[in-house]
Amino acid sequence: MKRRQLLAGTAAVLGAAACGAPSGADRLRYWNLFGGGDGVRMVELVDAFAASRPDLDVQASTLAWGPPYYTKLSMAAAGGRAPDVAILHLARLPSFAPGRLLDPFPPELLAEAGITPENVLPEIWDRCVVDGQVYAIPLDTHPFVMYYNTDLCRRLGLTDANGTLVPLRGADDLVAAWSEAKKLTGGYGLVLDNFGISPWRLWWTLYRQLDGDLLTADATALVIDDAKALQALDFMRRLSVTDAVAPGQMLLSGAVALFGSGRAAFLFNGEWEVTTFQTQRTPFSMVPFPEVFPGTASPAGIARTQADCHTFVLPHQRDRTVAGTRPAVDYVRFMLEHSVDWAAGGHVPAWLPATRSPDYLALDPQSRYRDAATTAQLDPPAWFSGSASNMENPAGAAFGAVQSGTLTPEAGLARFKADMQRLIDTPAPV
Amino acid sequence: MAVDTVPAPVHDTSPAPARTERSLTGLWFALPFLLIYALFMIWPILSGLWSSLFNTSLAGGDVEFLGLSNYAELARDGAVWDSLWNTVWFTLLSTPPLVLTGLGMALLAHRARRTGWFLRFAFFMPFLLPVTVVALIWLWIYQSDFGLLNAAVGWFGGDPVAWINDERTAMWAVVLCTLWWTVGFNFLLYLAALQGIPRELHESAAVDGATPGQRLRRITLPLLRRTTGLVLVLQLIASLKIFDQVYLLNEGNAGPITRPLIQYVYEQGFTSYRIGYASAISYLLFLIIIVVAFAQFKIFPAGRDD
Repeated sequence: MKRRQLLAGTAAVLGAAACGAPSGADRLRYWNLFGGGDGVRMVELVDAFAASRPDLDVQASTLAWGPPYYTKLSMAAAGGRAPDVAILHLARLPSFAPGRLLDPFPPELLAEAGITPENVLPEIWDRCVVDGQVYAIPLDTHPFVMYYNTDLCRRLGLTDANGTLVPLRGADDLVAAWSEAKKLTGGYGLVLDNFGISPWRLWWTLYRQLDGDLLTADATALVIDDAKALQALDFMRRLSVTDAVAPGQMLLSGAVALFGSGRAAFLFNGEWEVTTFQTQRTPFSMVPFPEVFPGTASPAGIARTQADCHTFVLPHQRDRTVAGTRPAVDYVRFMLEHSVDWAAGGHVPAWLPATRSPDYLALDPQSRYRDAATTAQLDPPAWFSGSASNMENPAGAAFGAVQSGTLTPEAGLARFKADMQRLIDTPAPV
Repeated sequence: MAVDTVPAPVHDTSPAPARTERSLTGLWFALPFLLIYALFMIWPILSGLWSSLFNTSLAGGDVEFLGLSNYAELARDGAVWDSLWNTVWFTLLSTPPLVLTGLGMALLAHRARRTGWFLRFAFFMPFLLPVTVVALIWLWIYQSDFGLLNAAVGWFGGDPVAWINDERTAMWAVVLCTLWWTVGFNFLLYLAALQGIPRELHESAAVDGATPGQRLRRITLPLLRRTTGLVLVLQLIASLKIFDQVYLLNEGNAGPITRPLIQYVYEQGFTSYRIGYASAISYLLFLIIIVVAFAQFKIFPAGRDD
């Protein structure tokens, strides 16, 4: 009998451990995907929050960026035993089946915390709301930007008296500047990477500058404008093949290394590499992505540029309660208030009061490209789009092959369209 | 040529009266294993087959019975056949050099007297590295702008090649990386088999006037036949299951140039949430591997050494 009791007790303990203790008002489990320079800042912020709330048991987990993260998050949410709050790229929101994998933020808690739409850019906020309910709270926008080496650009006569880059507009002027820079460095004028999803980021930036559309609003059909798509691809090919001011076969790590060591004067990348170059003491600054095709789409004189946003979401929990969600909302509020600390790592705060604060405006170069958030072009909404998605990966491969010269722009576009059609034809699994 | 000195397998000829009782007792000892085997092997295999008949999604939600339509979609899906071909092509390219190089290295290390320990260490060491490290090393070698390989090409006045991104070289690059990384295992199996060949055989052959070449052809290789069979089966199965080094060399980039079937299963199942469809594709691969393994065992029957 005793042994049976022991077994029963063990089984009960194991069962409880497997299910995880229900979320309560006294604990906060938080998942994120910040493994780079921004990850260190995130840890500092989480520690600061935990210190300010000794009543809470705060457990933060950082998982590998991209598909590994999203796979685990969706599985945890599908099982209803997800963490209390998690990071999600805003363009990935449709792939997380709001209502099934994600729980909406309780409106009363948002009102209590003062998280209201007027403190966020409207086009960003709109994508956080599904069927009238708020499913995501944006933390930042991370646009594709242009880094430049201040020393090299001064020697090229491309800076004004203050050392700021003179405005460069139009494909020919830009290529001319990069070509001069190439002569100066003896390496490259511009560096960018041709693997991973950067080719997608570049193409979407250029294509949106031409005002091109990709999908119908319900993502059931491709409405791509071939002429504009090819114009963008031709420009990409021009960089690395025709005019060869940039490499055609480069990994992101290589591009970052070349720019960081002064062997290239310009770099296209997300803005999150700030800390890397500050640590390396590279003389650099940053500007929003230049207007390659001027006069088409620039509400504030700033060209459209590819971006995504890190948001906070509530992954589905079977027994989520308003009281149990309160720590999560408190945490989100804390993070929004400390957006400037977060912004030091490069990301543009989504919380508008933070973008107006003197502390943020004093951040250099981080505040120099803040206006790019107003022209941010997120991936078109679809279950297969967004950062590290099924759309970005094959698109990056097809467009990267155009940059490397292994595919013609026409062949690259054909491959991209075939991949897109396959995704559109696939029954949505969410 | 029959080799008499190798003992034939001994068959159990003891009488069997108490056998029933004994096997029942044994069952209790085997039970923990059988339970775990059933729970983590049989059950997932069956439930995978079951879910391949549904539109099961990783993201949960309602499922609908589809019958065989996942299999019908698979038959129409060009990406399945492209990635299957990539897998088969990789297997065809990688298996012969992996077996032959392993054999060659084993013969070398077995023969070398003074440097044998060093060769054994050097040949086997890459196998000890985790795949992430291997991929990083080769990524820098293949880097087109400042990679080692292109530096060498440059020395000879050639143009840089996009080793892992160019359709003409991508698969060869994967094969070379895999060869360097995994040949040590085959080397080890061969070396163990070589050390199991009695020295007297070689001595008596030498006394009879056999040249080293004759001894290799008529003694060593025939006696390694069973090992070769084992190495081939293991190698074919390992090659058919290729995934990690390709995925890492491409930095997770789903470029279809070298994408193997398992990567497509991964993409469909985990990044597209389509567990049902991914299960159907993985059953295709499962079937192929079973057929290959059975064909191998037919060609190299176990327990025969002639």
